[in-house]
Amino acid sequence: MRLRILDNGHSFGAKMLFAFIRTVSRQPVLDVVKLVSYRADFYGKPMSKVTQEAMRGPSSWSVADRELMAAFVAKTNQCEFCIKAHSAVAQRAYGDGRAVGAAMSDLDTSDLAQPLRATLLMLGKLTREHTVNADDMRAVLAAGASRQQIEDALAVCFSFNVIGRLADAFAFSVPGPEAFEAGAKYLLARGYR
Amino acid sequence: MSDTRNAREALFKRILEGDGKASPSERQAAFNNDGLAAPLNVLTDKVARHACRVTDEDIAAAKASGLTEDQLFEIVVSAAVGQAARQYDSAMAALAAATAQE
Repeated sequence: MRLRILDNGHSFGAKMLFAFIRTVSRQPVLDVVKLVSYRADFYGKPMSKVTQEAMRGPSSWSVADRELMAAFVAKTNQCEFCIKAHSAVAQRAYGDGRAVGAAMSDLDTSDLAQPLRATLLMLGKLTREHTVNADDMRAVLAAGASRQQIEDALAVCFSFNVIGRLADAFAFSVPGPEAFEAGAKYLLARGYR
Repeated sequence: MSDTRNAREALFKRILEGDGKASPSERQAAFNNDGLAAPLNVLTDKVARHACRVTDEDIAAAKASGLTEDQLFEIVVSAAVGQAARQYDSAMAALAAATAQE
């Protein structure tokens, strides 16, 4: 990581937690965990609440759908760490790796339901161009997504537009697939707390 | 999802108004992507607009200007949160406009 404090400036308690994670998972500690654990009262704790609400709070989108949104926002931002991390969670949550792969490679030819496909298209434009207009929203509503579903998707989009930026700005290292699989298991079992 | 809104507001309040190593005005300027001097504004603009283009040199230049790593941590976080907040606000305004005319 580009800031040394994010690699080794943590409190004793956080370093103990990292040692525990390495022992139990037999994988390196993901840089995102190091980020949220550094001076956690500044960013990690308040941001984890935001992300937990968006990703695991009440919503008519499934957890798998929301993880796919996270991966899709990451793809739009070209954030390799977040693409791999949240594709792994979405695949595990859907129980179908092909569906996630198809959606990530070409939305137009994927088998996604229309409301989710239209929502992803809108999130992609918002992430890429930083703005959307009323016509973009009408298209999502016309595809069958409710106003509440759109608001829920925007909450997901917010979180991953923060996290992806930080992953890239701080240069998170990208480990092998086993580490992301271990992370995906954890996120599905425990969430973002 | 009012819990989400409350959590987001708490995040903004913490990073902008709470204790920090960078001044509140620096954190606010980073959040707004407006009002910081070079070279820091180069870094925060990249974080906001295309974070995948941030380089080691951008961070090194910001450090060479006298900022500590803790200050940079806070400023980069503020820049990332600010841009995501503007995107969110744009989308919510578009949604309000779309549903008002239904």
